[in-house]
Amino acid sequence: MREIEFDVVVKAVRDIIVHCGTDLPQDTYDALEEAMENEASPVSKEVIRQILENANIAKDEKRPLCQDTGLAVFFVKVGDEVKIKGGLLKDAINKGTEQGYTEAYLRASTCEPFSRANLKDTVGYNLPAIIHFDIVAGDKIDIEYAAKGGGSENVSRARVFPPAAGKDGIVEYVKEVISDAGGNPCPPITVGVGIGGTFEKAAISSKHALFRDIGSKNPDPEMDEMEQRILTEINKLGIGAMGMGGTKTALAVHIEANPCHIASLPVSVNVQCHSSRHTHITI
Amino acid sequence: MAQYSLTTPLSSEDTKKLKAGDTVLLNGTLFTARDAAHSRLVKLIEEGKELPFDIEGSVIYFVGPTPPKPGDPIGSAGPTTSYRMDSFSPTMLKNGSKGMIGKGKRSQEVKDACVEYDGIYFGATGGAGALLGKQITSAEVIAYPELGPEAVRKITVKDFPVTVINDTHGNDLYQMGREQYEVKD
Ligand code: SF4
Repeated sequence: MREIEFDVVVKAVRDIIVHCGTDLPQDTYDALEEAMENEASPVSKEVIRQILENANIAKDEKRPLCQDTGLAVFFVKVGDEVKIKGGLLKDAINKGTEQGYTEAYLRASTCEPFSRANLKDTVGYNLPAIIHFDIVAGDKIDIEYAAKGGGSENVSRARVFPPAAGKDGIVEYVKEVISDAGGNPCPPITVGVGIGGTFEKAAISSKHALFRDIGSKNPDPEMDEMEQRILTEINKLGIGAMGMGGTKTALAVHIEANPCHIASLPVSVNVQCHSSRHTHITI
Repeated sequence: MAQYSLTTPLSSEDTKKLKAGDTVLLNGTLFTARDAAHSRLVKLIEEGKELPFDIEGSVIYFVGPTPPKPGDPIGSAGPTTSYRMDSFSPTMLKNGSKGMIGKGKRSQEVKDACVEYDGIYFGATGGAGALLGKQITSAEVIAYPELGPEAVRKITVKDFPVTVINDTHGNDLYQMGREQYEVKD
């Protein structure tokens, strides 16, 4: 058994939150630069230029990239030979989240669903974090983190299709979701598509698909082809950066597919704005 | 597509010359309000009570900033999605407000109100919170401090970059831009 101190996890989580608040990941920055070069509309080109300038200012001056600093979302793989000394792993992640959000002057955006009362003084500053756990072999903890903003989350959707809908049905559905969303999710976007599993498995897969680096290839050639096909279709919609019209609505489409029930074809579309604050660490 | 520099409060003369797609650098005072604040402001108007600021010619910025770092007037401050204000904006425009800054499409009622009351819906770059926050030189909470990031703030801006989305002539940049670049099979 490997013992990891509770505070080691707290600090690691705090550090990635502070970093992600102000530093746009390189994969996203590079993809935006490429989009700016290839964008046909001068208005959208200027929007992407501002997005890149914003990223430079945020990094240099340690200012939050966006005022919506998101809910903290984690995918955590815990090795079966790991023991946390001094507390629960979940509590350590929440504590690190609260510390990171407070210290980096990020916004507390969690609230009670009906009264809309902010939870910062009751549950904690921007708590609770959304944590998806998995148990794997080994003596390490693997943490993937993203700050997920509301604008792009609000346009996300899931639906269970009959199996006959097939690939064509999925492509049409993703197009419809993105077309209806227009400029609301702050394009250029990344589109996560979760296919198969059950209703909730598809949704979680579509979220996890967004953690993959933009520009990385799907290892499954069939899914890779489908990603390219959907990307082309989305970019034909003409939405453009911030919806102002253009050819670079999406930077990438990422698919995660799972086995599913013989009776159903669940599909979930989770949208990520250009402020794609995500990272990955191993403890 | 023209470029302008305008100082608030805006007059009908200012707004009528703007066309969807024009870029504008705004200067002067803006007031911040999101859904929670809008519902309170519109209630005051309906009850005939006084608003916490002069609405005539005002430009409302839909934003909930991050907390300021020590020494800064405000934190990051980019626009929030505007449709949540759709049910309130026509009342604001009818009562003298001349502009709104946000992101994302508006309802037909808001576009109609822009035509009827010489209002403009400006788009600012969503997610450019650090860049836009830097163009804000002062900020002061003037109402509803209990709403936290959603409180009404009076802010001063310098060369704050926006694009005209909906103009006083009924044009919509989101529609125009999309039609221009849409590829139909
Ligand atoms: S959608 Fe993303 S970039 Fe746009 S305001 Fe929300 S968090 Fe910021």
